[in-house]
Amino acid sequence: MEEIDCELLVIGAGPGGYVCAIRAGRLGLDTIIVDAAQLGGTCLNIGCIPSKALIHAGNAFHNAMTFSTGNPLGIKSGAPSIDLAATMTWKDGIVTRLTSGVGGLLKKAKVRHVTGRARFVDGKTVDVETADGMRRIRAAHVVIATGSEPVELPQLPFGGKVLSSTEALSLTTVPETLVVVGGGYIGLEIGTAYRKLGAQVTVVELGDSILPQYDAALTKPVSDRLARLGVEVLTGASAEGLSRDGETLLVRVGEDIREIDADKILVTVGRNPVTAGWGLSELGLEMDGRFLRIDDRCRTSMREVYAIGDVTGEPMLAHRAMAQGVLVAEVIAGGKRRWDHGAIPAVCFVDPEIVSLGLSPAEAETRGIAVDVAMFPFVASGRAMTEGDDSGFVRIVCRKSDGLVLGIQAVGNNISELSAAFSLAMEMGATAEDVAATIHAHPTRGESFQEAALRILGRGLHV
Amino acid sequence: MGIYVIKMPDIGEGVAEAELVEWSVKLGDPVREDEIVAAVMTDKATVEIPTPVNGTVTWLACDVGDQIAVGSELMHLDVEGEGNRSGASAAPPGRKPGDKRVSPSRPAGPQRAAAPQEDIRAPAPTPRIGDRPRAGLPSRDAYGRPIASPAVRKRARDAGIDLRRIAGSGPAGRITHADLDDYTASLEPEGTGSFYTPVEGAEDIKVTGLRRRIAERMDAANRHIPHITIVEEVDVTELEDLRQRLNGDHAESRGKLTVLPFIMRAIVRAVSEQPAFNAHFLDEQSIIRRFDAVHIGIATQTPNGLMVPVVRNAEAMVLWEAAREIGRLAEASRGGSATRYELSGSTISITSLGPLGALATTPIINRPEVAIVGINKIATRPLWLDGEFKPRQVMNISCSFDHRVIDGWDAAVFVQKLKALLEAPAAMCGEE
Repeated sequence: MEEIDCELLVIGAGPGGYVCAIRAGRLGLDTIIVDAAQLGGTCLNIGCIPSKALIHAGNAFHNAMTFSTGNPLGIKSGAPSIDLAATMTWKDGIVTRLTSGVGGLLKKAKVRHVTGRARFVDGKTVDVETADGMRRIRAAHVVIATGSEPVELPQLPFGGKVLSSTEALSLTTVPETLVVVGGGYIGLEIGTAYRKLGAQVTVVELGDSILPQYDAALTKPVSDRLARLGVEVLTGASAEGLSRDGETLLVRVGEDIREIDADKILVTVGRNPVTAGWGLSELGLEMDGRFLRIDDRCRTSMREVYAIGDVTGEPMLAHRAMAQGVLVAEVIAGGKRRWDHGAIPAVCFVDPEIVSLGLSPAEAETRGIAVDVAMFPFVASGRAMTEGDDSGFVRIVCRKSDGLVLGIQAVGNNISELSAAFSLAMEMGATAEDVAATIHAHPTRGESFQEAALRILGRGLHV
Repeated sequence: MGIYVIKMPDIGEGVAEAELVEWSVKLGDPVREDEIVAAVMTDKATVEIPTPVNGTVTWLACDVGDQIAVGSELMHLDVEGEGNRSGASAAPPGRKPGDKRVSPSRPAGPQRAAAPQEDIRAPAPTPRIGDRPRAGLPSRDAYGRPIASPAVRKRARDAGIDLRRIAGSGPAGRITHADLDDYTASLEPEGTGSFYTPVEGAEDIKVTGLRRRIAERMDAANRHIPHITIVEEVDVTELEDLRQRLNGDHAESRGKLTVLPFIMRAIVRAVSEQPAFNAHFLDEQSIIRRFDAVHIGIATQTPNGLMVPVVRNAEAMVLWEAAREIGRLAEASRGGSATRYELSGSTISITSLGPLGALATTPIINRPEVAIVGINKIATRPLWLDGEFKPRQVMNISCSFDHRVIDGWDAAVFVQKLKALLEAPAAMCGEE
């Protein structure tokens, strides 16, 4: 068996792993990254990026549809049609561009890339099953970045018409009817996109509301939009399994069992950390529930074994993993780094988009913090009106005693791009006065952020 | 309850098995996550093995001194929950509760001192967030962190400054770059441009292997033996002249002489007149065992710590033989190849710090010996000779004796004898 030595071995080439490897390589650490699949992990290949491509295609098609019917802009055009296979080719081109870009960056950072399935022999030794046979890699430091995978429902195992997000992002025809089981952000993002592409979409959510991690004010514009698009949302509903002929999905709503036509069924009921198949049991690492336990330097319970990304817990977000990846590389290179980030923005690319970070008003109340909350609605935003979508708002939660911004939430068209301003304000320790006193460009949605801060201070102008 | 198996980890460097040198815990002991449970030693290093989980020790694989293979089972723990081994499978042969064999383990002392280091696993004390902080105290954000921009936090981290000590001047008590500047300036002594930064943390180093044996032996010697130390000045001008001359004549054919062979020769001569000094005091048996042969232990600094290789039958060695033997043993000790035979059996010892030898030392006796001769460094000093000060080569010797069996008077006589012998080296080495 070929044996390779290195200083740092990164297991998993998703956004956490590859960023860690690049940073480590640039810091001069002799680094190897291992992944059985293509570089880029879930995010680039079967997650964030493909879903955004699909959402964009859905929006474009939906706009074309409105142009072919009545629209206030006065645009008249013929009815559009879509070749989803072509859309997927376009999407795959983006993925390839990004993943080969990652490959180039790794190469430039002098990181060695081994394709194969890794399995721990001990805390510093990993066997990799490659196409050319087994290789043994010995490393002084190991980073576990194995990511997460979709949760499967026992009554609806993946396969056939039952899809995970992976398959749903690779369909070549738009299904006539699509049932989305699980009303979280992944299901709603993909479900909304397919609705806009012409599918009849039903969402089956076990809880009382969609997007359960958000408060009602934030989810209402989304629910309204789903209703306007004609997506049926069943709450308090559980998917019981396929009908006997396999044509329909049986859904229990209260006492009733309903049969819902389903060409495809997308199951998005959460993601599980990938903790099996790579030798966790041999290492005996300490767990924190389903996840690997880490400290503020991403160290696991075993010396010089680190873990980053989804395998270490919520929030399972690529940008958290990337920040952890950089931190770990710098820690291993001898830097005095600690995880001290306060604000990790979370974005839902539903329609309209939701951004949230920090404390919501309810969370502040739970913690017993006296806060001021102010909201600026997009119905008062010139920019929102000219975009043809004035739903949503920006909301700021500030500490009553000193105006420190504790949380920012917003819902609205393209609001994801404002997350940069929100995060920066939080991370810099801004107060309402700081945001209010900063000139925001007109006409942009960003003005609404400033207006919300002004309202905290009782100096709102446009409401 | 489940059984958790700790396996012998691969400790690298191609090591397939290692010697178990210590159980830090014994059967029935509760252990906490991260606690060191065992130490294994290869020819290269001693490696500690921590437990990754909390539990109770129910099985130990072997005795101290046994070899254990990488990957084999080392210890079983009873743990809350499932463990990593099914309860049905039997433990391999080893030590179980009820075994009559005495566990050689030592009590598990505090393995990790309460280091002033934060453990993120323990919930941090929740600061009172809702309140405005009292004047002068740092303000916190909703997560209990000091309020500061990422750039300020990084600067503080790099400089080893705890931002929680700084009251910020910015809005909401935010710590600004200027606040950090002021704080670091306040740490500097006035008027100097120096920039010292405090560091935090402490490192606990487990005392194992050779260091542990040194510690135990030193402790036993110091606890059991009431030391009396006599320091005397020796004029070694003649000895140095003789040494230079001998080296000039014979260095190429016989090797170079240091001072040590002369000291050894002096000891051999002195103990032939005072055999009480070439002895072991077996205090537990109330026996003083005087030796005919003079086996001289030479305290030697090695990379791992102090070792005492033994020049056997020094009474039968000419200077160059002794010199060669000292050189050979020192090299073997430093290289780790000295045998047990070469490291034991001394009847009296010499300790020397060479050029670092200071003016005087208080040597610790190599128990159960009763005397040790410490050599201090040679320096040119003025001595009053023949009615005037003359520059002379002077070396102090610091000798310790077991005062239980050596009286001060006899000790003084012994030291004077050494002095006299070393000051008239030609006579001492006459027969050679």
